[in-house]
Amino acid sequence: MSTLEIDAEIRCGAVDDLPPVVNDFSIVAATVNGSGSQTANLMLIRAIFKMGIPVNGKNLFPSNISGLPTWYTIRVSKDGYTARRESAEILVAFNEQTAEEDLCALPTGGVCIYPEDAKLQRTRDDVTYYPLPVKQFVSAPEIHPKMRDKFATMVYVGALVELLGIDPEEIRAALTHHFHGKMGVVDLNYGVVTAVADWVRENIVKDDPYRVERMNRTDGMVLIEGNTAGALGAIFGGVTVAAWYPITPSTSLIDALNEYLPKLRSDEDGGPTWAVIQAEDEMAAIGMVLGAGWAGARAMSATSGPGISLMTEFAGLGYFAEVPGVIWDVMRIGPSTGLPTRVSQGDVLAVYVLGHGDIRHVCLLPGSVAECFEFGYAAFDLTERLQTPVFVLSDLDLGMNLWMTEPFAYPNRPMDRGKVLSADDLRRLGGFKRFEDVDNDGIGYRTLPGTEHPLAAYFARGTGHTEDAVYSERPDDWEQNLARLERKHDTARTLVPRPLVEMVEGATVGVITYGSARPAVYEARDQLARQGMRTSYLRLRALPLEQSLREFIAAHERVYVVELNHDGQMCQIVRMELPDLAARVRSVAHCDGLPLSARLVVDAIQEQENT
Amino acid sequence: MAVEARTSGKANRLGLEKADYRGNVSTLCAGCGHDSISSQIMSVAFELSLAPHRIIKMSGIGCSSKSPAYFMNRSHGFNAVHGRMPSVATGATLANHSLLAIGVSGDGDTGSIGLGQFKHMLRRNVPLVYIIENNGVYGLTKGQFSATADQGQTLKYAGLNELPPIDLCIEALVADCGFVARSFAGDAKQVRSLLKAAISYQGTAVLDIISPCVTFNNHEDSTKSYPYGKQHEEQLHDITVVPKREEIMVDYEPGTVREVAMHDGSVIQLRKLHEEYDPTNRMEALRLLDGAQASQEFVTGLLYINESRPPLPKLARLPQTPLAHLPAETLRPSREALEKAMTELG
Repeated sequence: MSTLEIDAEIRCGAVDDLPPVVNDFSIVAATVNGSGSQTANLMLIRAIFKMGIPVNGKNLFPSNISGLPTWYTIRVSKDGYTARRESAEILVAFNEQTAEEDLCALPTGGVCIYPEDAKLQRTRDDVTYYPLPVKQFVSAPEIHPKMRDKFATMVYVGALVELLGIDPEEIRAALTHHFHGKMGVVDLNYGVVTAVADWVRENIVKDDPYRVERMNRTDGMVLIEGNTAGALGAIFGGVTVAAWYPITPSTSLIDALNEYLPKLRSDEDGGPTWAVIQAEDEMAAIGMVLGAGWAGARAMSATSGPGISLMTEFAGLGYFAEVPGVIWDVMRIGPSTGLPTRVSQGDVLAVYVLGHGDIRHVCLLPGSVAECFEFGYAAFDLTERLQTPVFVLSDLDLGMNLWMTEPFAYPNRPMDRGKVLSADDLRRLGGFKRFEDVDNDGIGYRTLPGTEHPLAAYFARGTGHTEDAVYSERPDDWEQNLARLERKHDTARTLVPRPLVEMVEGATVGVITYGSARPAVYEARDQLARQGMRTSYLRLRALPLEQSLREFIAAHERVYVVELNHDGQMCQIVRMELPDLAARVRSVAHCDGLPLSARLVVDAIQEQENT
Repeated sequence: MAVEARTSGKANRLGLEKADYRGNVSTLCAGCGHDSISSQIMSVAFELSLAPHRIIKMSGIGCSSKSPAYFMNRSHGFNAVHGRMPSVATGATLANHSLLAIGVSGDGDTGSIGLGQFKHMLRRNVPLVYIIENNGVYGLTKGQFSATADQGQTLKYAGLNELPPIDLCIEALVADCGFVARSFAGDAKQVRSLLKAAISYQGTAVLDIISPCVTFNNHEDSTKSYPYGKQHEEQLHDITVVPKREEIMVDYEPGTVREVAMHDGSVIQLRKLHEEYDPTNRMEALRLLDGAQASQEFVTGLLYINESRPPLPKLARLPQTPLAHLPAETLRPSREALEKAMTELG
């Protein structure tokens, strides 16, 4: 490899009593929100990723434009683990407000990098300190005084390049990618990085074991956020109307639509084949989605918990009037404002039954960015096939953080536009009844407004109606309608993505999870196995629950439903829907605003196993 | 979805007869102004030879919002949630801008729970004939004041209204709506001509139609002229014993004022705009409405027209082919496009 690595080895010679820790550590960059650290952190992630080393970044940010503390953790893992780790060995202490606390959190043998003029009290003698003369690198005349704070974050990039052995060419490539080839700004940033790296090489004696080495574990992979993946999925699913209201952490999904739609879906004249409308609130957003879905568009919205609350009445209308529409709920901690920039799987129960009356919605549960893409298009097929709103429950961790993935696979089946009768169909059939269960799957046939046939029209309504969509308060009509909707729900069970199952021979314990809890459970099962406890695994990918879940639970003495909320919401749904197996179903639920860690899962399962 | 029985009579240019524009039998109170408006909608659609399948009927919740079931069964309809029809109409017209959308709302649906969506619909200039069947009262919940009720008015259920009314035509003007008109449900001729104008308008056309409630807008302070005794009045609150009444019909000349007696004996004053009134001056229209509010008159006619603002589909640069009709090959980018996007991310 490069001379850099040799240099690093030579310098490490001074501390050869410490075994090197290669490609298996975490960095936490503690900065002030709005200081531009996001760019610096993304550069580090991308460079490490491009060195073939598995990496994952998690942004723990405040609900604030600028000034409050923010932490960005970068996990480097040769084994490919992407869950949050509870401690980071390398601290970038660039926020004086939190430096003391951040320093306390370092493990023994950790590293603290900080600006030399910061008033950092070296309260720990079991960590290595690397003070950096930040100001001297950002006072160059070509750097505008107002931009100095932003360039200051490039100082820690430069230091880490040298200290960890990150290939500087990969930093340059990452800067070029990030700034879309604007070489002026790339050079300015890269100049700071190399100047700092040079300074570190000459002035700091490395006294820690952490470094990176090139691997080939990320070959062919890409880095992407779940929200971007979801937007791409929607575009390949043929979205034509997106109505939304800004809300963290879902906004970037719509941003990605606005970025990619012009590139991917402009017509031959360069005009749009879509409409993205920023609504006045989430009620209007879902109203537009349902209006568009009713009229034949593939319509969607993206929101988070408070928006879901506002959508409640319309969600019920969509269910009873049987109108297609896709709603992404990128979950955060509720209720109301809750912890608006912190992650949780806290909307599962609420969304499943969203609306008043007897309602159970179809919910997709992507557990990776690849599934954000896949469910992004599959949701449209499902919503039009089932003629009911479909919710996609992602979350802040999956949606807003960068994840490694294999490139997305092109949809492997044509679009399913569902049961829509044309004028020709009506001429052949001599008419139709909107809610008649012709195929015994609970799904009627619909017509779109504009269909040129005297019998095409029907009146969509949330009020009680007959099979013919005519107003009715007759008990029989209501009861039959509910019975048919239940048949439709059972049809949905057979159409939604099936759980992914890994049966381990001889395992008496099974672990069930979903969504962004996946990486922590994956790692936790490895740790449990190393400690002699082998577990089977089932990852739910949708509601309603599907038959294989029953078989999985029945095949084990105990199953743990692992999720990121306090009440064990999915666990409750499983117990409710499979009451005869409820005694075997245990809950591992955790909610503190942070992504789940493997340790939390291991500890919780072991504690329950031992009692 | 039964086929309407053909009645003998004249057919329009599409070869359709009046019966082809009918809806279900109304379940509103007999004599309700809303039914009169439904009649005029059917009549205008017939006269203009509008193809029923090209029309969508949109509504919210309330007596008014039930009425789309009572006209044009051959048109698709969507009875949405309370106050939120504008968003549903926005979505539907984005999906298919080739359709003619007729929205029916009420004063509660528009002026109270739906005021926000009303204003934002106007701001976007959604292509929609937006009819407000305005009776100043909540009928289905039996007689609460709406936001358009007169200050100082008294209702049996709600007592004295001490709050000033929201004038929805003023709200429309302030939102820069390019078609603002007011009429009276009983003035069939004027309603028809305003409907025709509204249908030809490209953006949101607001038509605020005073539509007397035969059952609940029963002013206690006008008992002297109230043709029913106190005993009878109380019975009016039981919707099942609403007496049959005739619709209030008026026909009067432009530039004149006509006093009209309501079912409860109260009187409203309608002032029809002069033929020489210039409806292209927004400030003049606002001044006129402000003055009319002070003198407790309803000014009727086309208050304001301005066709300069592009309707939403144009603003959104929608393609000629409605979004709902785009074929799969347009909607799904190619395999190569996905590969390129992935490469750029890599």
